[in-house]
Amino acid sequence: MEQMYNYGYVLTAVAVMALVTYIPRMIPLTFMRKKITSRFVRSFLYYMPYAVLTAMTLPAILYSTSGMASAVAGLIVAVILAYRNRSLLTVALGAVAAVFVVERVLAFLPM
Amino acid sequence: MTSKINEANTDIKEDFFRGLHNGIPICLGYVSVGFTFGMMCTENGLSFLVAVLISLTNLTSAGQFAGTALIISGGSLLEIGITTFVINLRYMLMSLSISQKVDMALSIPKRMLMSFGITDEIFGVSMQTKGNISFAYFMGLMILPILGWSGGTLIGATAVSLLPDMVRSALGIAIYGMFLAVIIPPARTERAVAWVIAIAAAISCILYYVPFFSGISSGWMIIICAVAASSIAAVLWPVVDDEEANA
Repeated sequence: MEQMYNYGYVLTAVAVMALVTYIPRMIPLTFMRKKITSRFVRSFLYYMPYAVLTAMTLPAILYSTSGMASAVAGLIVAVILAYRNRSLLTVALGAVAAVFVVERVLAFLPM
Repeated sequence: MTSKINEANTDIKEDFFRGLHNGIPICLGYVSVGFTFGMMCTENGLSFLVAVLISLTNLTSAGQFAGTALIISGGSLLEIGITTFVINLRYMLMSLSISQKVDMALSIPKRMLMSFGITDEIFGVSMQTKGNISFAYFMGLMILPILGWSGGTLIGATAVSLLPDMVRSALGIAIYGMFLAVIIPPARTERAVAWVIAIAAAISCILYYVPFFSGISSGWMIIICAVAASSIAAVLWPVVDDEEANA
């Protein structure tokens, strides 16, 4: 049952992965050493983090726990706490706590 | 208190600890996902050392999951390289964005060190810094997520039963809660940011749920959402520059 690996191949593949992961991270930050003057590009870069984080959160957050009910509870609690300007850690732990509580409650319900 | 910390510059120690503090929620989320990655490796017969090595050297989720899946199925090096590269292309956008928010005099070695820590989460959190992102802040921000990612992988790969399912399930949401804490407060005060979030959410859900787009990898989904939503906003609500004055 246990799969056998050629570790020369595995380690080379890991090195390739590490390289193609590092290069796109490294090139712009290392070599772009002046301010971009284009107003469009500056605006684009200003809005981009919000677009990236939104795309990563929705709809993925709904599938981040063992069931959608607890995920929705976590989402609601996180949105409320974030709307009240709570810190990152508070919002994150609030969502975790909501998921934990809902999953414990659901475990006791006759389904 | 936090706004004062943001304004204060040059205090390396303060910046570093502010980074460490901001890294805690990222770290929690990474433990959970790293755990899953470690389990996937050992379940497929890869040594836990390889699992931890991958997490330490790659420090990325989607890219290393895909690359490792290909290793397990015996894919060619070219296939592994191209797949991982395409998933990671979005980091170029993030790296470019950070290049505009660091001290222009920052040395190349320091830039190269910071580059290693550019993940979606670290990027997202670092960008809410007011003014420049300092080297000390970014180093502080990187440390706990790196430890969480590799440590979570180690735990998942070795002691699968250590972390009960119910805790793991609950921790999985931590990272998204943190994202919401980053994007929602500015959306309250800036209408354009609220629109960016709405547009990106709509595109993301369409790409995710419409069967026609089911072949698109998560890396491309993020790139498409980022480029589309940010371009629309940049045209409709161009940002007024105020950084030249204190650059």
